[in-house]
This record gives sequence, structure tokens and C-alpha cells, in this order.
Amino acid sequence: MDRNRLHNKVASMRRSLFDQGYLDDQFIQLEDLQDDTNPNFVQEVVTLFYNDSARLIQNIEQALNSRPIDFCKLDDYMHQFKGSSSSIGAKKVTNECTAFREYCNAENAEGCIRSFQQVKQEYAILKRKLEVYLQTVRQASQTA
Amino acid sequence: MNVSSAKGSMSISSSTSTWKAGDTISDQFPAGLRVLVVDDDPTCLMILEKMLIACLYKVTKCNRAEMALSKLRENKNGYDIVLSDVHMPDMDGFKLLEHIGLEMDLPVIMMSADDGKQVVMKGVTHGACDYLIKPVRIEALKNIWQHVVRKRKNEWKEFEQSGSVEEGDRQPKQSDDADYSSSANEGNWKGSKKRKDEEEETDERDDTSTLKKPRVVWSVELHQQFVAAVNQLGIDKAVPKKILELMNVPGLTRENVASHLQKYRLYLRRLSGVSQHQSNLSTIISAQDPTFGSLSSLSGLDLQTLAATGQLPAQSLARLQAAGLGRATAKSGVPITLVDQRNIFSFENPKLRFGEGQQQHMTNKQQVNLLHGIPTTMEPKQLVSLRHAAQSIGNMNMQVPPHGAQSSQNNPLLMQMGQQQQQSRGQILVDSAINHAPRLSSSMGQPILSNGIATNVSSRNGIPENIRAPGYSQTPSMLNFPMNHASELPGNSFPLGSTPGVSNLTSKGAFQEDVNSEIKGSGGFMPSYDVFNDLNQHKPRSWELQNVGMAFDTSQHSNSLQGNLDITQSALGQQGFSSGQMNGHNRSAAVASKAMFSTGDAKELGSAQNVNQHLNNLLVDNTIRVKSERVCDTNPANIFPDHFGQDDLMSALLKQQESVASSENEFDFDGYSMNNIPV
Repeated sequence: MDRNRLHNKVASMRRSLFDQGYLDDQFIQLEDLQDDTNPNFVQEVVTLFYNDSARLIQNIEQALNSRPIDFCKLDDYMHQFKGSSSSIGAKKVTNECTAFREYCNAENAEGCIRSFQQVKQEYAILKRKLEVYLQTVRQASQTA
Repeated sequence: MNVSSAKGSMSISSSTSTWKAGDTISDQFPAGLRVLVVDDDPTCLMILEKMLIACLYKVTKCNRAEMALSKLRENKNGYDIVLSDVHMPDMDGFKLLEHIGLEMDLPVIMMSADDGKQVVMKGVTHGACDYLIKPVRIEALKNIWQHVVRKRKNEWKEFEQSGSVEEGDRQPKQSDDADYSSSANEGNWKGSKKRKDEEEETDERDDTSTLKKPRVVWSVELHQQFVAAVNQLGIDKAVPKKILELMNVPGLTRENVASHLQKYRLYLRRLSGVSQHQSNLSTIISAQDPTFGSLSSLSGLDLQTLAATGQLPAQSLARLQAAGLGRATAKSGVPITLVDQRNIFSFENPKLRFGEGQQQHMTNKQQVNLLHGIPTTMEPKQLVSLRHAAQSIGNMNMQVPPHGAQSSQNNPLLMQMGQQQQQSRGQILVDSAINHAPRLSSSMGQPILSNGIATNVSSRNGIPENIRAPGYSQTPSMLNFPMNHASELPGNSFPLGSTPGVSNLTSKGAFQEDVNSEIKGSGGFMPSYDVFNDLNQHKPRSWELQNVGMAFDTSQHSNSLQGNLDITQSALGQQGFSSGQMNGHNRSAAVASKAMFSTGDAKELGSAQNVNQHLNNLLVDNTIRVKSERVCDTNPANIFPDHFGQDDLMSALLKQQESVASSENEFDFDGYSMNNIPV
């Protein structure tokens, strides 16, 4: 793919990520931080997020599987997870986290479990999309 | 730069010299600002670091609070500002905040994804300069340097004020330059932030001003020496210069002491305000308000400051002092700011007061071991303060009230007074506690508890008292409380149990430290010091838990007023003390309560102190004439109206004032309608 097409592709992918609500303004903050001294900053942060949050996801799973459910701990984990995801601008994921916390506060186990499925789903979708997007970005920057 | 006074020059000239980067940095300020960022989330940490670097700051990051603290400690002057997450696994962000405030006095900004009001409030009360909601944007970080400047400026100003005598020219303006100076300078005169009262002895400044003063780390022993000195001098007389002399620590400057004293006072205030539970009893003793020293001097302090400076973390202090006491650190740790209505004025104070009151009851001017029932878990500091408080009770019972009373009105004076009271109370209490630790636990235990409870109540109730405060705020001398009784303040004697208000009264009595200081109405507080007298009479135990609330010695009440408000509104009602629950402005209540107590009843002192907290409101409300003996006599029922508007409190207080008869033992609570006590 020639450079222009790649760049166009990047632009349109990016636009759609925002338009469809997967990413929000915070992601732009990350992009703004990227510069020549740190040309892969966005990629690094996203990678770090996914690696670190895997641990949190696991903790939440465990907490949801234990009986009785410790809602306090659950809320705690989710709070951390939400903080993390919001810091990279993962809008849909963050929204699902908020919904989850509501169920958690209500101590609604069923609701929590269902909601968490949503969280994981959005999390996975975004991960894929970002991977593709960032890969395209890399390609575009390489084809100078 | 003004070199006229070492201090002044310190800031200016030294600032540049101490400025890390050297003189060039000052030109580029805020570039080069040394930021320490703490967050356990690696993603956030990475992003923050990058953002801060983009702002041209010098960033140090760590993902653990303990690590951050040790970095700060090993390089005391190496950072200008700290950014910390609230939620961290190894240590609560607020706790870290307190440690930093106490030990290094750096501006701290809290961050969290949680934007709930409670949490943000907690940040404020623990002394955070700012609170950022995550995700943090770079724009928010671009301006954090303002907190550094502001802090330096305030310190400078305070410094100036205290030393104003000497140099008129060294003015806060210079502080602007100084502000940019690195934190190296700060250490010295940090404490001076708004502690005007402390700074009264300006002359002393010259002894220590040096251009560059390295930050002092207050170790446990050093702090204990400090507390001992403060107690020895008496909270009202504890001025930096004298403390410095007593401590006799080479290399320690007056500014260091001043700065630390300020923090200590806030800490004490916070302690008294926050403790709500019985367990707080011990902490209460720590007398929260370090600034308590003298009512009049309080004037400079405004709640804000207190709140801000209330960084004295209970925990830190506890840590510092708790060596043997193992006391529960000040519960509230939160500055007595008005915001923390619940128990800003922890019952602790009231409790202490009771102890004191009781003690006082026995000996007017003696050190009351108010603490005798108080569990000696109190930290040494607390004990010291208790003791001190006991002493001071005689003299200054009412200091605190002003504080509380005014809170509603935000009279700085009042607040200060309240603060001071608390402090002094705390000190007294502590001292007493220390001295009488064994006794305390047994005897005080109860009262304290009740205090705690009462304080809560009283704090609420106290508000009415505070209402009056507004009026009083004007007169810094609010402390007019008839301190005559000081020694007598039954503090504990008043049947605090009955009404929270009462408890306040007692505390007031406690405050009465100076028998002669009458609480003139003009002072704004309460003419009803009589209450204290009565209080004195009761046996210390008289204040049952119920009463305790009220009786919380005014000292406490300022703090506790808030917290306790909810609790025993009715209780207070009885006493008529609504310790100044005023809208959560314990301070005023405390003041009010103080005023009330100032009936010159030394006995009351004891109680006054406790009440103080609550009383803050009470004080203001002269109506709280607490009948010494009964705390619960007055019909508590209406004592606490639900919302005690400050105005109501003030008016109540004013009313009370007028009606303040000299009859010491009369607590006419009728005047107080606790109705206004905001619950």
C-alpha cells in the first residue's frame, strides 16, 4: 500500500474508533504526548495497559467466582480497572465498568456477572481494534 | 532582596541560591519544578510521567507510597510538590498525605478516578492542595506549580507576620520571589503559615534566620521534646521562641519550631474534632488544635488555614508519638475545618475535657488529670497536651470556643480560639493524661466515651452556640469567657451525659483557663460561663455518656461539633449546649461553648475542653448556659434544631450573651435552641 493510502487508512480507522465511541478524548492526550523523543508512546501505553489489566481481570474473575462474593473487594478491583482504562481513553470499556460498579454497590451478583461479561467483551474488542490500528500506524510511519 | 532580616532574606536571596537549578531556574519557573508522582497503576504512572515531562517538570515516579516517603525523607529538599493517587495497596493515599504534610510540609495533590464528594472532601480535610479526577489531563498538570508558589508565599507571609516587628520591609511581596525558591527554604518557615499568634514574637526571629535552612525532620524524640516543651509552657504560652529555648536542640531554628507548632495545632484540632468514638477518647486528648495557645492570637487563623494545615496527620503524629501510647491516632486527622462536620471536633477533646474538668474540679489550677479515665492509649503528645490543656484550662479555657463559635461566621478569631482551645486542651489533656495516665484510663474512660458521644452530639448542638459566634468573631478576645472559673470548670462535672450541649459547656469551662478572662459578651461569646461552674461541681463522672456528648469540653467540641452533631443533638439540647454544632462549624460552637464555660469555673474547664469541641457552637450561643451540674437538665429536646444555621447559632449565642448572668451555675439552655443545629 502506498504511503498516501496508508495514511488515509490510518486516518479513517482512527476516525471511526472515535465516532463509534471506542475511544475518547483521553486517547488524544496520549497521542499529543507522542513526539520524536517518544515515537511509540501510544503503543507502549496501550501495551502496558493490556498487560497490566489482564491481572486485574483475573482478580475480578476470581472474586466473582468465590462464594460468598466479596463486593467490597470487587468494587476495589473494578475501581482500579476503571481508572486504568479511562487513562488510555477506552470509553466503552470504562462505561461498562461504571455499570458494573453499580451492580456491585447494589450487591447484585447476577448483575455483576453479566456486566462483567460486557466489560470483558468491550475490552477484547478494543484490544483487537487497537492492535490493527496501531499496526497500520506503524506501517504508515515506516513507509516514508 | 531584603536582607534586613534573615528571614526575609532567606526567602529572597536564599531562594535563588537554594533553588536547585541555580539561579537560572528561577527565570524559567515553573520549568524544573521537582515533582514526585506516586501511583500504583503503571499505566497511569507512565502517562503522568510523560505529561509532567511535557510540562518541563523534573519528574520522579514511584509506584509505592512507602517508597515515595523514603525518597522524600532521604532528600528532604529535593522535591517541590507531590502528586499521589488516593487508592494504593500499601498505604492509603490520605495517610501518605498526612505524613508528607507533617514531616515535609510539601504541597500534595491527590488524584483519583473517584470523584465522589466524600473522597474529595477527605482530600481537603487532610490538607491536600488540590484534588484531580482521573483521567488526568495535561492541562491540569500544567498549573500545579501554583500550589508551590502559594504555599511558599503563605509561609513567607506568615513568617513575616510573626517577625513583622522587625522588619517592616520584609514583606510578603518578597515572598513572591521566595516562592520560587526551592523547598529548601521552606522548611524553616513553613510553620509560620498563618500562625500569626505564634509569630507574635517577632523579635525572636532574628535568632534563627539564616539564609538557607535545611528542612528539619521531626523525629519521634524531637517531637516529644517539642510536645514536652509546649506542655511545659502551656499551650497558650507556647510560642516558638520559648519552645525552642526549652527544647534546646542545636541547629533547630525558631522557624522550624513555628512551623511544626502550627502543624501540631492543626493536628490537635483535627483530633479533637474527629474522634467520634469512644476509642477516640485517647486521641482526643491530643488536643487538636495546636494553635490553641491563645485565643486572641488565633485571630489570624482562619478555618481554611486550619484545614489546610490540618495536615498534621493523626497518624503521623501517632506514629511519632505513639511509641508507648499506642493510642489511636487522632481519629480525625482531619483538620477541623468546617467542612468536616461530622466530627471535626472529635469527641476526643471533649472527653479530655471532661477529664480535665473533673480534675479541675479538684484543683483549680492544678494540672488536672483530666485524663483520668482516658485510656492512656493516647500518644504522648496527646497526653502532653492533655496535661497542658489541663493547665491551660485554668487559664484559657475558652480559647477554643472562639473557634468553634465563630465557625459559623467564620470569624477567624473564633476559629482560632476554638482552635487554640482545642489545642490547648489537647495539650492539657495530654499532659494530664500522661501524668495521670493510670487514672485516666479508669476514670476518664467513661467520661471520655461519653464525651465522644457527647461530642458528637454536642458538636451538633454546639452549633447553636456558634451562632453567636459570629457576633463574636469580631472580638478576638472572645475568649472573654469568664475564665475565672477556669480552674473550676467542671469540665467533667457537668452531666454531660444529659445534653450534649452541656458537655460543651463543660468544655468551655475547661477553657476557661484564665479565670480572669471573662467572657464578655463582647468577646462574642458566651456570657454563660456559669455553666462551667456548675459543671465543675459535678463529679467528673457525672457526665455520662449522654452528657458527655455535650460536655465535650468545648475544646473538643469545636472539632467534634461537627462530627457529633448528628449524634446527640438531643443530648445537647439538654445542656443547652449545643456545642456549637453550628453548621458543622464546630469551631464556632466550640467557641461558643467556650464562652459559655468561661463562667470562670475552673471546673468547667475540664468539661469545657471537651465541650469545647462541641461547644464551639455552644459558646457562641450564650444560651448555653450550662448548668454545671446538669447537663441534662435542660430539655434537650429542642436543643437541636435540625439546622442550625450559623446565624441561628450566633443569635442564640448572642442572646445568651445577654442573658448571661453571672450565675455560674446556671445553664439556661433555654436560650439555646439547638434547633439550629444542623444535623
